[in-house]
Amino acid sequence: MIRIPLAAVIGLFLTSTYFLVAIFAPYIAPYGMAEIVGDVWEPMSIEHWLGTDNIGRDLLTRMIYGARTTIAVATFATLVSFVIGSVLGFTAAVFGGWVDQALSRFVDLIMSIPSLIFALVVLSVMPVTLPVLILVMGLLDSTRVYRLSRAVAVDIYVMDYVEAAKLRGEGRGWIIFRELLPNALSPLVAEMGLRFIFMVLTISTLSFLGLGVQPPNAEWGLIVKENKDGIVYGIGAALWPALSIATLAISVNLVADWVLTRTTSLKGGRE
Amino acid sequence: MSHIVDIRDLRIEATVRPPGEKSKQITIVDGVSYQIESGKVLGLIGESGAGKSTIGLAAMAYGRGSVEITGGEVLVKGTNILEGGVAALHELRGQTITYVAQSAAAAFNPAKQLMTQVTEAALAHGLMSKAEAEARAVSLFKQLGLPNPETIGSRYPHQVSGGQLQRVMTAMALCPKPELIIFDEPTTALDVTTQIDVLAAIKRAIRDTGVAAIYITHDLAVVAQISDDIMVLRHGKTVEYGTTDAIINHPKEDYTTALVNVRSIEHAEAEPTPEFLLQAQNITARYQGAEFDVLRDVSVEVARGQTLAIVGESGSGKSTLARVITGLLPAAQGALSFDGRTLSRDLAGRSREDLRELQMIYQMADVAMNPRQTVGTIIGRPLAFYFGLKGEEKRRRVQELLDLIEMGSGFMDRYPAELSGGQKQRVCIARALAADPKLIICDEVTSALDPLVAHGILKLLLKLQAEKGLAYLFITHDLAAVTAIADSIAVMYQGKLQRYGPKSQVLSPPFDDYTDLLLSSVPQMRLGWLEDVIETRKMESAGN
Repeated sequence: MIRIPLAAVIGLFLTSTYFLVAIFAPYIAPYGMAEIVGDVWEPMSIEHWLGTDNIGRDLLTRMIYGARTTIAVATFATLVSFVIGSVLGFTAAVFGGWVDQALSRFVDLIMSIPSLIFALVVLSVMPVTLPVLILVMGLLDSTRVYRLSRAVAVDIYVMDYVEAAKLRGEGRGWIIFRELLPNALSPLVAEMGLRFIFMVLTISTLSFLGLGVQPPNAEWGLIVKENKDGIVYGIGAALWPALSIATLAISVNLVADWVLTRTTSLKGGRE
Repeated sequence: MSHIVDIRDLRIEATVRPPGEKSKQITIVDGVSYQIESGKVLGLIGESGAGKSTIGLAAMAYGRGSVEITGGEVLVKGTNILEGGVAALHELRGQTITYVAQSAAAAFNPAKQLMTQVTEAALAHGLMSKAEAEARAVSLFKQLGLPNPETIGSRYPHQVSGGQLQRVMTAMALCPKPELIIFDEPTTALDVTTQIDVLAAIKRAIRDTGVAAIYITHDLAVVAQISDDIMVLRHGKTVEYGTTDAIINHPKEDYTTALVNVRSIEHAEAEPTPEFLLQAQNITARYQGAEFDVLRDVSVEVARGQTLAIVGESGSGKSTLARVITGLLPAAQGALSFDGRTLSRDLAGRSREDLRELQMIYQMADVAMNPRQTVGTIIGRPLAFYFGLKGEEKRRRVQELLDLIEMGSGFMDRYPAELSGGQKQRVCIARALAADPKLIICDEVTSALDPLVAHGILKLLLKLQAEKGLAYLFITHDLAAVTAIADSIAVMYQGKLQRYGPKSQVLSPPFDDYTDLLLSSVPQMRLGWLEDVIETRKMESAGN
């Protein structure tokens, strides 16, 4: 029986709740996603737990469908950025020389442009669909992952056990996936929690600016945008997405911390 | 009572917090008592984990990290300092009792001049004026035999050698005129030829100033040169406590006897044979971007089934030679041949057979094994890689190898972190054996281990050589290990071969100056050795 610390239990509970809600949104949501069910900005009630939004849609429903879009985009974009970033980072570390130089300088070039501005430019000339969003966000963010995984891999690459593998005649595939990767996982997992949250913030920001998810689809940043005028009149509808982003950020990082302590334990990550 | 320090029934505990488990208290020192009179030196000796540093630091009531003194008394000049509170300890530390750390390079602040750091304690305690403290520091530099004592204080830590820095730290400890100095392995990180000078300087300084000292080390031969009394420790308990003469010449306990006799492996030299397994001819090598050759025109041969030992101090090029032979650093010039065939200089140009027959064991077993792989995976990989063994067959062969390195069952599924230092090195040996090699390069394989554990590894290597006809290229700075294992010896100095031949020939006079220095610098397990050497040797260490 593994004992899980309280913080991790809370993190796991909240994170899995968010993900389950996202996955089963159509079954949980009390109303249709774009269905107008009441007046503008109705207060909380039994029928509408969080009230209604700026055009009379049920806010809870919007939030649930918003979770679906936000979490899906953030998850897939994180996966894209980690797969591309870490593979390129490890490749640069293992091959070294001009391969490393070319990749690193190219990444420096991309990183020298503020990524939000870059995303805005790209999205303004491309059709804004979910796959495009995921790809653009994932590619831009993979530069950060590249930096981290290259730095970690360079450290590990000089270890005697990697040298021993080279002397044995092992190919680069073995060295990358069996010697480097298992030892680089801890920092990468910790980073993954952080990057996921940045993804959530990025997609929300893009939607808020009008270049992300398009209405009538729901997305947390979009919900903030739609309801921001209500704040002036003391209507807090725009604050719910903010609260969700905050709790999701904290709970994901609680889980990441827990995974990190487990993988850095003395027994090589298995108990 | 003239006791500076009187420690009674000391008990020290530490809190450990293993990840994922509840923190718990473990006892690291139990029931240790000792006294030091003024002007006397007590040697604390034991293997790593024996609690010797902890016990030494307890004399100033200091515990590292989560270490706490939970029982007993620490009387300094009759007062129990455990009850005195922080202010009293502050008075005591750096004034009555000072400390010399193992790694001088890590203990100095790289951003400050040496003089500032040497005089810091004396000034902080208001013991003397700045001018007085500096004058004292200069006289201490002189006493400790440092070059340019007048100006060396204005240098920064990186501008002096390791041996000098260790002596500067001794000056720092002596500066506030303490009554007791704690030396925590002050010469362990130094080359053997440098160690002897630092040791002599420390001994002279102790004698001249009349300060008492605690000298912590794992090397009994070193402590025998410097202390009046010796306490042998193991697992936090006293094994034996007595005068140096009694411990060295008449040890009572088995453990002490084993420590005294640790350097007594004898290995008769094998007949020289013209049948060479490995030949390296006129090797010259340099690192990328460097402007000088690390190896210059080095030629050595390893005979089939025999051991060639390569000795020299750090920077002599002995590890570089190993890298050249393995192909990790392709030689700039020269030729390699192995088992009658030409060996590519570059690793990429070697066949799988070349790689298999030439294995390597590293100094730091900790980093030579992937921490995320089990012992079974680590040893099993060469079996799968070279011989295509799988499943049950592979497991059986791994177990055979574990038996061969005298580790038995139950280790197969453990991770390296769950092994002791000696066990880790044994697993590395098993991994090399798994490839069924003809030659194993041993790069300082015993120097990170405690003497008794190193002794066990050497015996194992000899046994394997006898059973399997292995040849070793044994790289070390430890001449005691060389006498124990070698058939022929190559002495390296500044990238060149200084002396090369069969063991008996290399180790018998007449010596060239460097070989003489190297041979005479190996601490011997007898009293008065240090004085004899300092008087009779022909040249001083380069690190001096």
